[in-house]
Amino acid sequence: MNIIITLFWTFLKIGLFSIGGGYAIIPLIREQVVNHLGWISSKMFTDIITISQMTPGPLAVNTSTFVGLQVAGIAGAVTATVGCVLCGVLISLFLYRFFQKHGDSRYVFEVLKGLKSASLGLIISAAATIIMLAFWGTETLKAEQIFSLLNRTALLIFCIVLFVLRKWKLNPILIMTASGAAGLLFYL
Amino acid sequence: MKQRAKLYLWLFAVNLFISAFTFGGGYLVVPMVRRYFVWKKQYFSEDELMSMAAVSQSSPGAIAINLSALAGYHVAGFTGVLISCIAAILPPLFILSIVSAFYEMFITNAIVAAVLKGMEAGVAALMIDLVVDMCAMIMKEQSIFLSAMIPLAFLGNFVLHINAVYILIACCLFCIGKTLWNRKKEDA
Repeated sequence: MNIIITLFWTFLKIGLFSIGGGYAIIPLIREQVVNHLGWISSKMFTDIITISQMTPGPLAVNTSTFVGLQVAGIAGAVTATVGCVLCGVLISLFLYRFFQKHGDSRYVFEVLKGLKSASLGLIISAAATIIMLAFWGTETLKAEQIFSLLNRTALLIFCIVLFVLRKWKLNPILIMTASGAAGLLFYL
Repeated sequence: MKQRAKLYLWLFAVNLFISAFTFGGGYLVVPMVRRYFVWKKQYFSEDELMSMAAVSQSSPGAIAINLSALAGYHVAGFTGVLISCIAAILPPLFILSIVSAFYEMFITNAIVAAVLKGMEAGVAALMIDLVVDMCAMIMKEQSIFLSAMIPLAFLGNFVLHINAVYILIACCLFCIGKTLWNRKKEDA
């Protein structure tokens, strides 16, 4: 029982202090789970990140699920995941209701409008990282590598998918299945 | 009553699906929610989706889960939040429980790698498709301030690696400052 409480508390903290999503959360989890509590080894943690990226779902949820599984089985996985998302969901709801309730205040209205723009900028930043990884397999690309490292197959799949999306607005799930199948066809 | 049960069932199924296909980080949830909640069912507008995305991003935790929770809240109140969150957490939990049993085999599997490499290009295209539409929406406001915020937030995060939190806080302060300034001008 003790370990479950520790797991919950640890991931509640991790969830609360990870703003900005995605990769920002990794150092925080490593610090707590590997260095501070010693639940899993450094090598195992690297493997966990790899698996979290390879399976669907948000990185934070995947990582906490996996760590929870390793530490205390299914109960541990559920506890860690719930702990990790709890604060975020509650704070989101609070903020959303706040914006809804005070939408007629000029300050609140302007702040929400600004946040929409800024968060779009951040989404573009995430998209850029995804593109770098998809086309060149690295996030740190040098100018002279632009052509040598370029994955032409990925570029081709990207262009076809984008064209199809703009033209027919297909279902994202269909797109994901089709591009996965394309990967199987081209890369195997 | 029957209508209510049907709505809950839809919410559960749709979140289960979305979560099971969200490869490549949580951001893919935004186009998914757009597809099902905005286009198909018209539960809320695209502008409302942008507010939700902004709030999800400004809150700690996983953006994908926060957004699912807000969409659920919009459609079915607090019950909707609970249903959405449970449905969003189940696929990672299920998939990772299986994968963790033989994860070394999973990491080194060529078929898995090929499918994922293909999906990477698909995710990139889906993100660009979303970002293009959202930029157009903000441009429609014809505010230089709001339009400039997009590239600024992008550059700050992607090039200068400034943490998302600081960008969002700076954005809030800017908006409050700008509103104050405008008010003063109007009073004078």
